[in-house]
Amino acid sequence: MYGRGLRALSIATAVVLTGAAVMVFFYAPKEADQGIIQKIFYVHVPLAIVALCGFVAGGLLAIKQLRTGETKWDMRSYVAIHLSLVFAVGALITGSIWAKASWGHWWVWDEPVLVSFLIVFLLYCCYQPLRFSIEDPEKQARYASVFAIAAGAFVPINFMAVRLATAHIHPRVLSKTTDGSLPTEMLITFLVSLLGVALLFATLWKVELTAKNASMKLKRLRRRLEAAEHAAPSGPPSPEPVGAP
Amino acid sequence: MTFAAARAILRKDLAIELRTRQSVPAMALFSVTVFVLFHFGLDRNEIEGSLASGVLWVTLLLATVLAVTRLFAAEREDAALDGILLAPVDRTAVYLAKAAALFLYLVLLEIVALPAFAVLLLGPDLTDALPELLAVLVLADIGLAGVGALVAGLASETRLRELIVPLLLLPLLVPVLIASAKATKPLLMQVSATTDLGKWLGFMALYDMVFVLLAVAVFDYLLED
Amino acid sequence: MLVLAASGGKYVAAAYAVFLALILVYVAIMATKLARIERELDDLSREDR
Repeated sequence: MYGRGLRALSIATAVVLTGAAVMVFFYAPKEADQGIIQKIFYVHVPLAIVALCGFVAGGLLAIKQLRTGETKWDMRSYVAIHLSLVFAVGALITGSIWAKASWGHWWVWDEPVLVSFLIVFLLYCCYQPLRFSIEDPEKQARYASVFAIAAGAFVPINFMAVRLATAHIHPRVLSKTTDGSLPTEMLITFLVSLLGVALLFATLWKVELTAKNASMKLKRLRRRLEAAEHAAPSGPPSPEPVGAP
Repeated sequence: MTFAAARAILRKDLAIELRTRQSVPAMALFSVTVFVLFHFGLDRNEIEGSLASGVLWVTLLLATVLAVTRLFAAEREDAALDGILLAPVDRTAVYLAKAAALFLYLVLLEIVALPAFAVLLLGPDLTDALPELLAVLVLADIGLAGVGALVAGLASETRLRELIVPLLLLPLLVPVLIASAKATKPLLMQVSATTDLGKWLGFMALYDMVFVLLAVAVFDYLLED
Repeated sequence: MLVLAASGGKYVAAAYAVFLALILVYVAIMATKLARIERELDDLSREDR
C-alpha cells in the first residue's frame, strides 16, 4: 500500500538531487565573501528546513493519531520524526563544517539556526527512549503522539526565542556574487536543492513505511498460520483464536 | 465542573504538601545549595548582570525539574490515580490542578531563594528593580508550571521517569530561560542599563499561552486507562 | 566554473560527503530490513506447505 508510487518518487528524487548538485557546482556563481565555502549552504539549509518541517509534520500526524486512534497515523508520525532526527543530525554536522570553514570554530553561538537545531535535537532525542519505555502499545502510541504535538509546537517557538536572543547574526548567504550581479541563479539553485532534499525525505519516509508495514503484516500472517496449526483436528482441543482477523 | 474538580484536586495536593512538606523545602534547600556550588565553581563572591541572571534562572529551572519528578508521586505511590480517573472528572482538571500546585510551589520557592540569592551572591541591590523582576517571575512561573505539569503527565507511564523528566523538560524550557535571563540581566546590574523588558515579557506571554492551551487540549489523552 | 579553492574546497567536499554518507547508511539499514522480511516470508511459506 505504501509502495505505490514509490518508484516514480525515487526517480524524481534522483533526478532533482543530481540536477541540484550539477547546478551547485556549475551554474550558481561564486559568492563574493565566502567563495566556494558558500556552496555548503546548498546542502546545509535544505537539510535544516526539511528537518524542521518534518518535526512539525510529525506533530500534525500525531494529532490525527489521537483523533482517530488508528495505528497507521502513529506509524507515519514516528517515521517522520525519526527521519527528521537523522536530517537534523545532518544539518548540525554540515552547519558545524560550515562554521569551521567560515569562521574557524566548529561551533558558533551566533547562528540562530544552528543553535535552535541543537536544542530541538536534544529534545527529540528523548522521543524514542520515551516511547519504548512504555510497554502497552496503545498507551505508547498515545503518549508518543502527545510528545510529538508538544515538540512540534515547540520547534517554531524555540526558533523565535533563539532568533530574538541572538545579538548579531553573521551575514546571510544570499548576498552578492563575484561580479556584483543579482543572485537569481543562487536562488534557483537553492530552490532546486530544497526540492531535492524534500523529495529525498518523502522517498525515505515512504520506503521506511513500506518496510514497517510489510513487517507488521508478516507478523500478523505468521500469527494466523500458527493459530491455524493449533486448531488442526489431530491435536488436543485448543481455545478458539480470539479476534481472528 | 472542570474547575470545581481542579480546585478539589488542588486542595488535596496542597493539603498533602503541607502535611508532608516534601517538595517546597527540597526545592528551597536545593536552590541554596546550588548557589553555594556556584560560589565555589565560579570562584566569585559577588556577581551581577548576565552572570547573576544566568545563575539565578538555571537554578530555578533545575529546582523545577525536582518538583516535576515528584508531581504525580502521591498518586502513583498509593494508586490514588485510579481513584481520580474512576471519578467522572476531566483529565484536564488534573492538569490544571497540578499546574496550579506547581506554580504555587515555585512562588514559595522564590520567596526563599530570591533573598538567599541576594544575600549570598548578588552584588547590586535587588529592591530597585523589584516590580519588574516580579513581572518576569510571574510569567516565567506560569510557563514553568504549565510545561512542567505536561511533562509530568507525559513521564507518568514510563519506567525511566527520573531520567526522562530532566531530559524532556529542560529543552522545552529553553525559551523560558532565554526570555527570563535576557529580561532579568539589566535588572541585576549596578548601573541600570536599557531593557527590552516589553519584548521578553511579550514573548513569555506567547509561550505560556501556547503551551498551556496545548496541554489543556492534549492532557485528556494521557492518564487514560 | 568549477574552481576548488585550496582550503575551502575540502570543507565543501566534507559537507557533501556527510550528506551522502547519511543517505547511504540509511539505505543500508533499509536493505537489511528488507532482507529480513524476505527471510521471514520464506520461512512462512515453507511452514505453510
